[in-house]
Amino acid sequence: MKDFNYHSAKDSKEASKLASSSSAFLAGGMTTIPSMKLGLATYKDLIDIKNIKKLSGIKVSGKSVIIGAATKHVEVSNSKDIKKAIPSLSSLAEGIGDPQVRNRGTIGGSVANNDPSADYPSACIALNATIHTNERKIEAAKFFKGMFETALKKGELIEAIEFQIPEKSSYQKHPNPASRYAIVGVYVAKHKGDVNVAVTGAKSCVYNDKDMSKALSGNFSSSSIDGMNLDSSEMNSDMHASADFRASLVVTQAKKAVDAC
Amino acid sequence: MASLVGSRVERKEDKRFLTGKGRYTADINLANQTYAIFVRSPHARASIKKLNIDKALKSSGVVSILTGKEIADDKIGGLIAGWAIRSEDGTEMKCPGNPPLAKDNVNFVGDPVAVVIAESLAEAKEAAEKVQVDYKVLKAVTSTADAMNGDTIHEGIDKNLCFDWLLGDRQKVKEAFDKADKVISIDIINNRLIPNAMEPRACVADYNAASEEITLYTTSQNPHLSRLIMSAFGNVAPEHKLRVVAPDVGGGFGSKINVYNEDIVCSWAAKKINRAIKWVAERSESFLTDIHGRDHVTHAELAVTKDGKFLGFKNETIANLGAYARVFGTVTPTYLFGPCATGVYEIPAAYTNVKAVYTNTAPVDAYRGAGRPEATYTIERLVEKASMELGIDKTELRIKNFPTAFPFKQTLVHTVDSGDYVAGMEKAKQMADYKGFEARRKESEAKGKLRGIGVTSYFEACGIAPSAAVMSLGCGVGLWESAEVRFNPTGQVTVYTGSHSHGQSHQTTFAQIAADELGVPIENIDIVHGDTDKGTFGMGTYGSRSLAVGGIAIVNACKKIVEKGKRVTAKMLEANPEDVEFKDGEFIVSKSNKKKTIGEVAFACYLPGVRDEMKSPLPEGDEPGLKETSFYDPSNFSFPAGTHIAEVEIDPETGHVKLEKYTACDDFGRIINPMVVEGQVHGGLAQGIGQALYENAEYDETGQLMTGSYMDYTMPRADNFPEFNIGYTCTHATTNPLGVKGCGEAGAIAAPPTVMNAVIDALGGQEVTMPATAEKVWKACKNLKKSNAKAA
Ligand SMILES: Cc1cc2nc3c(=O)[nH]c(=O)nc-3n(C[C@H](O)[C@H](O)[C@H](O)COP(=O)(O)OP(=O)(O)OC[C@H]3O[C@@H](n4cnc5c(N)ncnc54)[C@H](O)[C@@H]3O)c2cc1C
Repeated sequence: MKDFNYHSAKDSKEASKLASSSSAFLAGGMTTIPSMKLGLATYKDLIDIKNIKKLSGIKVSGKSVIIGAATKHVEVSNSKDIKKAIPSLSSLAEGIGDPQVRNRGTIGGSVANNDPSADYPSACIALNATIHTNERKIEAAKFFKGMFETALKKGELIEAIEFQIPEKSSYQKHPNPASRYAIVGVYVAKHKGDVNVAVTGAKSCVYNDKDMSKALSGNFSSSSIDGMNLDSSEMNSDMHASADFRASLVVTQAKKAVDAC
Repeated sequence: MASLVGSRVERKEDKRFLTGKGRYTADINLANQTYAIFVRSPHARASIKKLNIDKALKSSGVVSILTGKEIADDKIGGLIAGWAIRSEDGTEMKCPGNPPLAKDNVNFVGDPVAVVIAESLAEAKEAAEKVQVDYKVLKAVTSTADAMNGDTIHEGIDKNLCFDWLLGDRQKVKEAFDKADKVISIDIINNRLIPNAMEPRACVADYNAASEEITLYTTSQNPHLSRLIMSAFGNVAPEHKLRVVAPDVGGGFGSKINVYNEDIVCSWAAKKINRAIKWVAERSESFLTDIHGRDHVTHAELAVTKDGKFLGFKNETIANLGAYARVFGTVTPTYLFGPCATGVYEIPAAYTNVKAVYTNTAPVDAYRGAGRPEATYTIERLVEKASMELGIDKTELRIKNFPTAFPFKQTLVHTVDSGDYVAGMEKAKQMADYKGFEARRKESEAKGKLRGIGVTSYFEACGIAPSAAVMSLGCGVGLWESAEVRFNPTGQVTVYTGSHSHGQSHQTTFAQIAADELGVPIENIDIVHGDTDKGTFGMGTYGSRSLAVGGIAIVNACKKIVEKGKRVTAKMLEANPEDVEFKDGEFIVSKSNKKKTIGEVAFACYLPGVRDEMKSPLPEGDEPGLKETSFYDPSNFSFPAGTHIAEVEIDPETGHVKLEKYTACDDFGRIINPMVVEGQVHGGLAQGIGQALYENAEYDETGQLMTGSYMDYTMPRADNFPEFNIGYTCTHATTNPLGVKGCGEAGAIAAPPTVMNAVIDALGGQEVTMPATAEKVWKACKNLKKSNAKAA
């Protein structure tokens, strides 16, 4: 690992002022530190945001759950309030990586990183989330732009993520057996008006499967998507799963999610 | 005094390990030490056109940079294969040179070409990036099956073939097959595995210019052997000027048997720069450069009668050696594999033919089970298939072909001294509720799941390796073991063993044995191992040999102590030595009932006259002191055996295989510490199940390791396993005084075919290669659905 400067920001303003083209925010460090150790990334400055009070904490209101960006996965999975409001969100958090990762990794870091196999992005899409930054509010549907790409601008800091509480929801992940990231993860959420079927792991970026959403909005039963043949041409293919297998898994996991709702 | 052998004595080593007081190689820091980083080939096969270190030498903190040229100039020898194997046509095996630092050619990704030594680790890394190597990249050979058709990797080694070895009689086999009602045949792959010891390899080398002594601390399973090889073949230093210490070692599984490039290079370089050098592998280096295991491609056939009697067995295997033949590289796919490939069965005619090939991949060597898992997988997959094709219950078919009398002269090599395979099978069936399977299968079916049951009966030859047996096979080195038992004057005991513990709990098991033999409290017994300066030459730990060979050496040394004790007691108490009996730590003269404790005898041996000033307690001819040594060379291998039964449930929609039940019923002979044995069985099962369902080392066509980190190489985790159902039957080994057989590898030997037989059973007999990953199983489920639809 190359030398770098460590800064601990006391508020969002200071954090974003310190940011430059050769800096990264340091939340849980679960992505940043390993990539620096492996020489895949080098930064001149790491700006620690864990000490910014505003970034942590969980607030549940009638309609939404607001989670501070620096909240750790373990805090989400253990929160009684979240378990009551959106149980599928706490079980998603419980299924991330391993205890060490969950004890450090944060929701803001995961969402900002937008790994194509990460779990939280699917929750954001399925639960019509709003990403609160130090500058603005961004709808999830407009936030995830592509592989490791988001709508965040240089120095823009996620402060919190606001999830809409659905009527019913479930997240079903087929994990990569080695890393336990999602080979395919499907988050189904039934809201008053419509149903979201957010898919992670299958393509280069999380997406809402329109066909399944439509079918399930009409009839919220796994039978309405059973046997659906998805186009696999844009699906990822690697040694753990071919595109065809992924396409099949998307439907299977979606069915499981509907059944679990 | 109650016997300790057979009881769950708490592990003496636990306090140290559980409180962070273990002392591993990486914990050792010497004054003024430097740090080494190895520059490794990024290519699987290339010639080195130019190597330029000028820029790197100017980098901050650099002490020295050494390359293949310097090591060749200093005539430092390379890495070697420990066993010479002869081909069927009588020619000797062909092994390429394997210099510790490559000078002209590199042959796998990770092959080291230079070492950078600097004041700090960061500086060494920085400088290593500045070493410029100009490679001419050549076409790599990576496929085991096609290796013989690839470009010649090593000059003069035609078809990349190290040897083409035969064990058995082709003609007899042909005759048996001619008589058969049916021939069952199978094509299988034994997947390549990466051992993944928890502690990565490391070494710290030190040089004392005054005594001209090199001390090497290293992660080794056999420090004495390492010293011998480094001295005799590596030319690093004469043995008396080379001390090898293997302190606490965090797992080996065979991967730490070998002397590695880094051991030789750091020892040699420490002397050259006259400073200590420390090297610790990063995990990615472990993936690339630790020896790998297995990697066989096999075609096997079984000739049977229609009522299920086995008549003949053929085994045609291609074994991948990787880029070079290493210490156990050539013996693993031959003598450790071939003889066991006929399994626990009476098969009148059999042969095993192994073509060992070189490829541009990491060297393949002994990995937990070494050859016997490959053998067991071959025969047990074949027998399972035979049961399906013959329509005979899988357990009945096995029982039908078990030997019933012992000693059992097995077809190819071994004479198995003891066992009761039927009892093992019956007990395993009961433990696993074999009868209830059909009901459980129906329950799964009702949930839309497929359920399968798999059986394996295995035996293995361990306690390696009796010299007489090994030499009669024509393969060189026999492996005895040494022990020295030393009393202090005040009665505590130190046992020096040539075995090495890197997770096997020797400190406890060996102390239990010595405590029973000597009648000394276990707290007063220390086990010392792992240092060539302490204790006599020994062979180390692998092949489930520590107890069955090393343990017996301890017993024998203890018996010598007792013999001397009897003589001394007789002198002290004015009796005949024949009238002195030893029991529970006391020497008793049977006629007078007078006695001396072993502590008193020890004291008298060291300080004659203090207790009895009139005359010496030492009989004529006996020297002072109480210390005995034994070198034990067993008369035969030991043969653990057993039956394992697994049940899996498959979700046909996702291909997910859930291991529902796992039953292991093993015969390890006498068990010294049941808790330790359970640990060994659990660990072996985890690795064996890992091979069947999760682990796989994969190279692409250019020879890049695709599974070079835990993000892609699936190490099994605790939540992958059910509660293991473990039980035993017991027939004592007749070839050693403890009646022990060995338990370290059984789980890894039996589990892969057990689990795969269950998976394939659930899939209606469709062949799936290991590991049975979700996608492979999903595809097989789709085929099954199609063929079921057709049938309906
Ligand atoms: C072994 C392992 C297994 C894992 N398994 C899973 C898994 O199964 N599923 C899964 O979803 N993830 C998994 N992860 C990833 C994990 O969830 C990480 O926590 C996450 O990707 C990054 O979060 P972090 O807090 O560690 O971010 P960091 O590593 O600290 O930062 C990551 C990136 O996000 C940016 N960033 C961080 N916080 C903010 C913010 N508030 N505003 C703007 N930018 C910010 C940083 O600048 C940096 O570029 C795994 C990681 C590891 C190491």
